[in-house]
Formats: sequence, C-alpha cells, structure tokens
Amino acid sequence: MERSLSHIALFAALIAVLGFVPQIMLPFGVPITAQSLGIMLCGTVLGAKRGALAVLLFLLLVAIGLPLLSGGRGGLGVFASPTVGFLLGFPVAAFVAGLITEKAPLPVGWAAGTGAFAGGMVTLYAFGIPGLALMLDKTLPEATLMITAFLPGDLIKVALAGLVTHSLARMRPGVLLSRD
Amino acid sequence: MLTLTSPVETPLHRWPAGLKLALLCAATILLFRLTTPLPLAAIATALAALHLLLGRSIAATALRQLRPLWPFLALLALWHGWTGDLAQGATIALRLITAMALANLVTMTTRLSDMLAALDRLTAPLARAGLPTRRLTLALALALRFIPVLSDRIDTIRAAWAARSPRRPGWRILIPAALAALDEADHVAESLRARGGAG
Repeated sequence: MERSLSHIALFAALIAVLGFVPQIMLPFGVPITAQSLGIMLCGTVLGAKRGALAVLLFLLLVAIGLPLLSGGRGGLGVFASPTVGFLLGFPVAAFVAGLITEKAPLPVGWAAGTGAFAGGMVTLYAFGIPGLALMLDKTLPEATLMITAFLPGDLIKVALAGLVTHSLARMRPGVLLSRD
Repeated sequence: MLTLTSPVETPLHRWPAGLKLALLCAATILLFRLTTPLPLAAIATALAALHLLLGRSIAATALRQLRPLWPFLALLALWHGWTGDLAQGATIALRLITAMALANLVTMTTRLSDMLAALDRLTAPLARAGLPTRRLTLALALALRFIPVLSDRIDTIRAAWAARSPRRPGWRILIPAALAALDEADHVAESLRARGGAG
C-alpha cells in the first residue's frame, strides 16, 4: 500500500515537472508537450487505478494554486478555460490507457500504444470536445473541427507512449506496475 | 514552491477559503445562465474595477493569467465575425473572461495553507465515514516535496544529453525521467514502511 501511495505521489510530481520541460519538437515542426505524454505514461506504467489517481492528484495540486500545467498555468482559472474538458478527461484517459496496458494480450509496447490511443486520444477527446462545445457554445461537429489540427501530433504521441513503455519494460524487467 | 497566490495582501486574503470557493461556484453558475452581452459586460467592468482597487500587481497578474484565452478569443472573433452573430460572440467571450478572472482571483487571494485547510474540511465527512483521508494529505505532501527533486533529476538528464549530443533531447528523456520517478517511489515506499506505514 505504501508502494501504491508513493508511486501515485511521485508520478503526480513527474507530470508536474514535465510541465517545465520545453515543448518537444518533432519532425515537420509539430510540437507536443512532454506533460501530455507523461499523463499517458501514468496509465501505461502504473496501471489503470494508480495511474488515474496520480493524474487526479496532479489536478488537485493545480487546483489548489500551483502553476504546474505546461506554460506555468495553474489555479482554479484553468478549470474555467475552454480546455477544461481535456483537464477533466486526463484521469479517465490515464485509466483507460492503464486498463488496456494491463489486460491486452499483446507485447507490452503494443499494449501501451493501444492503451495510449484508446485513452489518450479517443477517451480524452470524448471529454475535451464536449468541453470545448460547452464553453465556446458551439456544436459538437464544430468543436471536433477545431481539434483536427492536433490529431497528427497526438498520433505521434501515442506511438511514443508505446515506445517509452516498451523501453522501460526492456531496461528494467518488472518495473512496470501495470504488468506485474 | 512558488504558488500563484499574490504576495500583495488584500482584504480578500482574509476571507475563509471555503467561502470564496462557494461564492465562485455560485457566481460561475450564474455567469453561465446569462445569455446576452450587456449584463456580462457590466459584470466584467465591475470585476476589472475590483482588480484595479486591489492594486496594480494584482491587476497586472490577472491580465497576464488571462493570456491563455487569447487564441480562443481570436477564434470567436473570426467565427462570429464571419457568421455575423456578433452579440453571441461577445456573450461567449465575456463569459469566458469573467469566469476565468473570477477563478484566478480566488487563487490569487487564497494561500496554499488555507486551500489545504479547506480541503481538509471538505474531506472531513469522508474521514468520519472511515475513509483514509490522511493518505491524501500524505500523497499531496510527498508530491509537493518531490517536484524539486525530480526537477533536478531531469536537469541532470538534460545536461547528460547535452554533453553527448548537439541535438535537443526530445522525447527520449522521458525514459530516464520515468525511471527516476519509479526509483524514488521505491525509496519513499521503503522509508514509509520503516516509519510505520502510511496509515
């Protein structure tokens, strides 16, 4: 139990610290934030339950007034932003990513990649798009149109999540809590 | 750890955090029920005046914290300028600005310790029901304490990369960063057990 608690706390801290890292520049000038990739890793590395709790803890830290979102954003104001749907979807995304990583009968890298896709894209957009639609008073198709530019970068993020998880499992067999 | 609380003392700093949070909830619900630009503009103006009363530092910070809204405001301007429905565009924009400004004002005028005290009170009923709320406090404290530790580790990782390559590290630093978090977590777990467990 101490192990769970310490992993949840440390990964919440990791997501926070990844917010300070400058945007990762991929080929073709597509930037992605290390932080969003870190949130996927919470799920794929810690598993569904602990991953979701780590992200929730991170959101709590942001809510109580710490500037931990990438760009130095934080406080209650970010929950009043049009991107609030994505924020609230993060823990669920981590949960789904973790669940698939835990249960999928695939090699760990592929399971993590699939999990990151189902969690970090499908689930996250399922929360983020209605959030956008609500805050900007637009229809769901209109909100979907707004996020299409981010899809290529997100797909790369999914691949990277699988790659990082696979590398971690290879370097330290048994380190992944999601594949105990 | 630097928080977003304003170091400049205002009367609002002395209000109980729970009260401010409750008022914020009520105000946000109210804001989302307004459908025309005029009442929202009036509220926004009053809010701006309040910020100016609270001092230049607070007003300047508030304005800076609204900057993430900028792409959305531009999008709304283009969208509603194109469709001609300017009143609706103004309503949405004003609503976003006032809701965010109010939330940020609560954050700026509430100390971290007060927020944590409010959180304690919110979870008190759960504690009475037998749920282990002490673990939440411990988890929060641990996460806070390890942010600077992990930050230093990542700086070391980036320096190690820079010593070996002229290129920027990119996504690869996530591997040692995640390992750092996992290793620290194992050490912390051992320390917790050595001290009698996490309760």
